[in-house]
Amino acid sequence: MKLHNSTDRIEKQILLRAPRSRVWRALANAEEFGAWFGMKLEGAIAPGARVHGQITLPEHGNVTVEIVIERMDPESRMSYRWHPYAVESGVDYSSEPTTLVEFQLEEVAEGTRLTVVESGFDGIPLARRAEALRMNDAGWAEQLENIARYVAS
Amino acid sequence: MFAALGDETRLALVARLSSEGPLSITRLTAGSAVTRQAITKHLDVLATAGLVSDVRRGRERIWELEPEQMEMARAYLERVSKRWDEALDRLKQFVEE
Repeated sequence: MKLHNSTDRIEKQILLRAPRSRVWRALANAEEFGAWFGMKLEGAIAPGARVHGQITLPEHGNVTVEIVIERMDPESRMSYRWHPYAVESGVDYSSEPTTLVEFQLEEVAEGTRLTVVESGFDGIPLARRAEALRMNDAGWAEQLENIARYVAS
Repeated sequence: MFAALGDETRLALVARLSSEGPLSITRLTAGSAVTRQAITKHLDVLATAGLVSDVRRGRERIWELEPEQMEMARAYLERVSKRWDEALDRLKQFVEE
């Protein structure tokens, strides 16, 4: 068993005031998933399917993602693997480890409780994680470079 | 944390601890134009920022680098976490419409 330390995993929970069937559709239908997630997906979401998407969020630029669907239990669970936060265009991530994203739906009085767990970050090369930060945070970038320069000299 | 690194002496200390591993205050001060007292002050600033830590060994304090990778990994996870918060807010709006 792998211990979950603080750098390997993210867990989120949100209460959605909508029936479980509605939330499920927003996850399982490629067009709907893309609409809220911020990407244009090609192909249907189904177990084992590789779905390609183009991120449409303005801060991302031209980035393609690949989502490999693992499990789909209607209105209950869905999971997929992808390359997390792989937002640099022109980089081939295909040989690198992926993270697992799991959605879990639970019916509650007010609607649906959705839990999202993304895990496996410790398997992602540190350099890749540093890069993702560097591209999005000038402060970190500068300090990492400073450290790198001093360590190398 | 950035402020802690924004100083030549402190950056040099971090670099030495990174390349040579844990060092005593005596070793860190040797050959330096900066006094032992000043070096200690700099190390304390770095320690407050979570970049270095010390253990007492006999009469010496041994300083070592807190792996900055850990900091980086945490910062990365925070970033991904924020992305999920934003995405789930959009999902909420989307299904509650």
